[in-house]
Amino acid sequence: MIQSVDVFQDIKTAMPEVATAAFALWLLVFSAFKKHQAFAVASFLSCAFLVGIIVVCFGMFGQYDEPVVAFGGLYIQDYFSLSIKMLIALGTLISLIYVYFDMKQTQIGRFEAPVLMILSMLGMFFMVSAHDLLTLYVGLELQSLALYILASFNRHSYKAPEAGMKYFILGAIASGMLLFGMSFVYGFAGHTGFGVLEEVLNGTTYNVGLTVGLAFMLVGLAFKISAVPFHMWTPDVYQGAPASVTAFFAIVPKIAAICLIMRLLNGPFGGLQDQWVQIVYALSMASMVLGAFAGLVQTSIKRLLAYSSIGNIGYALMGIVAGGADGGASVVVYMTVYMIMTAGTFGVVLSLRKGGVAVEEIADFKGLSKTSPFHAYAMTLFMFSLSGIPPLAGFFGKLVVFKAAVDSGYIVLAVIGVLTSVVAAYYYLRIIKTMFFDEEDAGMDEIQIVPYAAQHGTLVATLAVVVGFCVVPAVLIEYAEVLVRSLF
Amino acid sequence: MLASLVFYTFGFILILSSLFVITARNPVHSVLFLILGFFNAAGLFVLLGAEFLAFILAIVYVGAVAVLFLFVVMMLDISFADLRKDAMQYVPVGLLVGGVLLIELTMVFMSWQASPELAQNIAHPIDAAAQANNTKALGLILYTDYLLIFQMSGMVLLVAMIGAIVLTLRGRSGVRRQDVSKQVSIKRADVVEVQKVTSGTGI
Repeated sequence: MIQSVDVFQDIKTAMPEVATAAFALWLLVFSAFKKHQAFAVASFLSCAFLVGIIVVCFGMFGQYDEPVVAFGGLYIQDYFSLSIKMLIALGTLISLIYVYFDMKQTQIGRFEAPVLMILSMLGMFFMVSAHDLLTLYVGLELQSLALYILASFNRHSYKAPEAGMKYFILGAIASGMLLFGMSFVYGFAGHTGFGVLEEVLNGTTYNVGLTVGLAFMLVGLAFKISAVPFHMWTPDVYQGAPASVTAFFAIVPKIAAICLIMRLLNGPFGGLQDQWVQIVYALSMASMVLGAFAGLVQTSIKRLLAYSSIGNIGYALMGIVAGGADGGASVVVYMTVYMIMTAGTFGVVLSLRKGGVAVEEIADFKGLSKTSPFHAYAMTLFMFSLSGIPPLAGFFGKLVVFKAAVDSGYIVLAVIGVLTSVVAAYYYLRIIKTMFFDEEDAGMDEIQIVPYAAQHGTLVATLAVVVGFCVVPAVLIEYAEVLVRSLF
Repeated sequence: MLASLVFYTFGFILILSSLFVITARNPVHSVLFLILGFFNAAGLFVLLGAEFLAFILAIVYVGAVAVLFLFVVMMLDISFADLRKDAMQYVPVGLLVGGVLLIELTMVFMSWQASPELAQNIAHPIDAAAQANNTKALGLILYTDYLLIFQMSGMVLLVAMIGAIVLTLRGRSGVRRQDVSKQVSIKRADVVEVQKVTSGTGI
């Protein structure tokens, strides 16, 4: 690894973060002085900036064949972090399009929403580039704090403050757990840098205090990805937050958190694999089972998607359990596919409005095949993909994860994964049944379709990826294998 | 001898005032005991030779946080006695969970073993010349080695500030705001009207 000393060199290495921070500050001041249409202008500028950030990350690719550590070992830039940042920026871009049109319809839009999303993205960038426990923690806090505010953004709803408050208090407890665990690790090693930790921890034999610290850290992080049994906040927050903000919650922060966990467990804690594998195994299994069974009884589409995301995190964790470059690559593939599928699903949900607000109940989908065949068929494809039916993208996501698990000898976990995805298929297919076979109720004509071309364009794009993935599945899988190489 | 006497005095008052914080009936008394607790904790930091942390504790926690608490407690009309009534039912579960955790952590600390590289790692960021004065030592590394974290913390605080404004600020109607340029640029004709009033009639 190259250790740079020059601060300008460091800034160049951390270009995506520096640019994002500068843009967020500028946008905040610019929008505050803009009297009219501040929300629309801020959203548009943010979208343009996000496209720019993706290009910047792509352009930086060539210079990071070898990981570069900057800011005195606090920050790392490599293939992995750059690729994941592109993914995060893409997810934020899609969410921002949803947020703009959703808040425009519900008239709660203010320019702070895009600013907070950009700042949250900045936190996620630091999470995937963390090379020190401190960077990890502050990045995580920056990300979560912006999300807490976004959750209660709609002050006119009585559910939104509840969602924000629940998220905030439980998030604060989780952060406390994480810090407590970190203090154990620091107490053992005397350092918080990943590089030093890796050296110190690699040679250690079993140590109770260190394992307790690791367990506490995993509890804190499991909360952030809403893995069972730390998932309790997810359905309430998803239901209470504005629908487009829920989409943001479901699509983006989880990628950052899962990638952070991968870097943490394979880097500094790589030597303690025997200890963390059991914890992650249990989290994975519990998430898959609960995600599948609790989803069966839901009537709200947002709660259903919350349980779906809990289940999906279980599958992603299976890839981490499998370990090694194959496991890591499978996680990246799974999360990418999950992001696109979920973005598409939320795209459909957000396109259907009832009294200006996105539809809430599964019953609202009754007879959609007649009122809007395009949305009904799009939703059908996303649901098939989420339940893992070939040849859609979701199938390949599950396939690589299961394959990695079986190759590493975790056959029981893989079998449970297959069984729970069969159970989960029930509730995905139930939505299809509701759309195509249920008679519409008397109040059905209230459902309106949003007229915005950009939102439908996003929907079509995600649909194209989900369907077209089977043509070139190897591209993403091979690419994922290359980029996780910098982790191992 | 003297040092341990001071330590036990600070420690005893700290524990005692913490107890009063949660048992005092009047919430204002609770906050005042909290402030006493902070000062004693600051005293313990001084004993440890961490005078910078002691200052921070006194300035930030006593000067800002506790005073803010005091304002909130005095401004909001919350009946803390009612809140506490319901809270009592959770005490047994809380004690059970807390007790189990305490026993477990005691066991962990009893068998605590640090890494052999600990001493060498822990000394890493501090310049030997600044050892004697930890305010200086912190100052030397905070803006150099830990520049990134420092700036990131600034962004976290910015987000908190945006959040406070977003969640509470609302546009009010019917508020008269002072507009200096409007006041200055006003013409006599805009505000004064001369009327000829014939005697015996009104305007």
